[in-house]
Amino acid sequence: MEGVFIQTLVSGLLIGFLYALIAVGLTMIFGMMDIVNFAHGDYLMVAMYFSYWFFVLFGMDPLYSLPAVTLLLFGLGILTYYLLIKPIINAPMLSQIFVTFGVLIFLRGLAQFLWKVDYRMIPQTVLSGNIHLGDVYIGIPQLTAAAGAIICNGLLLWFLKKTRLGMALEAVSEDKEAARLMGINSDRMFALAWGIGIATVGVAGALLTSFYYVFPEVGANFGLIAFVVVALGGFGSVTGAFAAGIIVGLVEVMSGFLIAPQFKFMFVLALYLAVVFIRPQGLLGKK
Amino acid sequence: MKKGLIAFVIFLGALTAFPLIFHDPFTRHTLIMIMLYAAMGIGWNIIGGYTGQVSFGNAAFFGVGAYATAILLANYGISPWVGMLVGCFFSVALAIIVGYPCFRLQGHYFAIATIAVGEIMLLVFTNWGYAGGAVGIYMPILPESFMNFEFHTSKLPYYYIILVIFVAALGVCRLVEGSRLGYYCRAIKEDPDGARSLGINVQRYKMIAFSISAVITSICGTFYAQYVLYIHPTSTMDLMMSIQLCIICLIGGLGKLYGPVIGAFVFIPLTELTRVYLGSEGQGVDLMIYSLLIIILAIMRPQGLWAIFSKGTAK
Repeated sequence: MEGVFIQTLVSGLLIGFLYALIAVGLTMIFGMMDIVNFAHGDYLMVAMYFSYWFFVLFGMDPLYSLPAVTLLLFGLGILTYYLLIKPIINAPMLSQIFVTFGVLIFLRGLAQFLWKVDYRMIPQTVLSGNIHLGDVYIGIPQLTAAAGAIICNGLLLWFLKKTRLGMALEAVSEDKEAARLMGINSDRMFALAWGIGIATVGVAGALLTSFYYVFPEVGANFGLIAFVVVALGGFGSVTGAFAAGIIVGLVEVMSGFLIAPQFKFMFVLALYLAVVFIRPQGLLGKK
Repeated sequence: MKKGLIAFVIFLGALTAFPLIFHDPFTRHTLIMIMLYAAMGIGWNIIGGYTGQVSFGNAAFFGVGAYATAILLANYGISPWVGMLVGCFFSVALAIIVGYPCFRLQGHYFAIATIAVGEIMLLVFTNWGYAGGAVGIYMPILPESFMNFEFHTSKLPYYYIILVIFVAALGVCRLVEGSRLGYYCRAIKEDPDGARSLGINVQRYKMIAFSISAVITSICGTFYAQYVLYIHPTSTMDLMMSIQLCIICLIGGLGKLYGPVIGAFVFIPLTELTRVYLGSEGQGVDLMIYSLLIIILAIMRPQGLWAIFSKGTAK
């Protein structure tokens, strides 16, 4: 019993790091321009298909194609910004919601059209296998994904806090007008935020493909989880998203373990409602 | 205004005469679906379009209406018409329970909260044995009659029932639009703080608009259950259905009486046609077309297609 408990705890922790990585891009974009990217989970789906096709067409393991997938998603993020987001940056919120929702529907429709609704999985990756510590089994792909997520989140934090470019990004998110007076081109910073925000999803998707099915709706649940993480961490807070990702991962697996597995996702969603009702600014968010 | 009335009478006459001229079941079915979605779109428009509260959870009311009807009929043999009333009751109860806390949330927070509620409802019904679980409920086949709300030989009775529901929804929306409630709703949409400072009880009028929206959507759920005679959680309360309602309103025109009607006339035939002509090969094509349409509309013309039709005569 105790072994199962620890096993559950560990798997919740591992998936939590990945949730944090998925959510970090969402919170960054929201923090900078007050736009919620409803299609966030669907960019994850795109990244997973890229990884999958790199494997099928070129025989490249998802781990090796990760840099390419990340770069592609970075480009996709920039493209999304200039093509769709820039025109609506000052539009009413309703238009903003519908544009990113339109992207969600488009990407899902495209995936259904191109690749049908089949579930696909890469049979054997370089990461396959388990390690066991006592009673606890840890899948190597999951462990790698968690490690990758920690590294990627760490790099992002370092970039935002320590580099000039990162600080410029933070400055625009703090105060657009003041940043403009300091000579920061906020337009380019927005584009960069979209690039990085979507690229982090690219990393997450590439890591996920080693142990998860790929199908057109795969982004739906991950996207919703990302909203929960962002709300819990505080809209716009990168460090908050990191802590919240782990909490959400733990809530998911623990409610599945203690109550019933089929309801675990319900508890994650209930967590969102509880947070926005009780503490709308989240754990670390600014009011 | 007079011109509008004449146009409406012609439109209504055409809809009434249509199935008497065209007997082919496919066109009749398409029109039934158009009117069903137009009615639901009108329901969504009252809360989403007029009041400006983007709900991605309206499918939950559709599901509650469908399930109340199905459970009562399949388990207890109670007439679907009673089921329709019970469904409305539970839908309003749900609207109040959900609306009370959620309407304090602004913008995105509200939209995401409605997604969460909708998904929770879906999960509850998928795992609720009493309501058929993931398999859903098959309606018992009863003799054809109006009381039983079942017709097996022709779609014609269904056609006229949904026509009545659709026209009633349109009438309710027209009443709301012209009433004090309608003005309050638009004030809340434009400037909630300003509305509050003028003494409008914002929370209360949002709840009333949401409840009206819930009743219309729930009645459509009852109709759907009796029309298809088989319901399951994903056919009645999927997030995609809630999204379709928003799309219909956005295409036609948010907060415009005929917006959802135009939206449904564009949206449903496109879905049915891609399904028929492209089959499983074309899966997703309809989604791609609408998504492009709504992206372009949201960027270029947030007023929807209605604005193009009513150009020049706009108030």
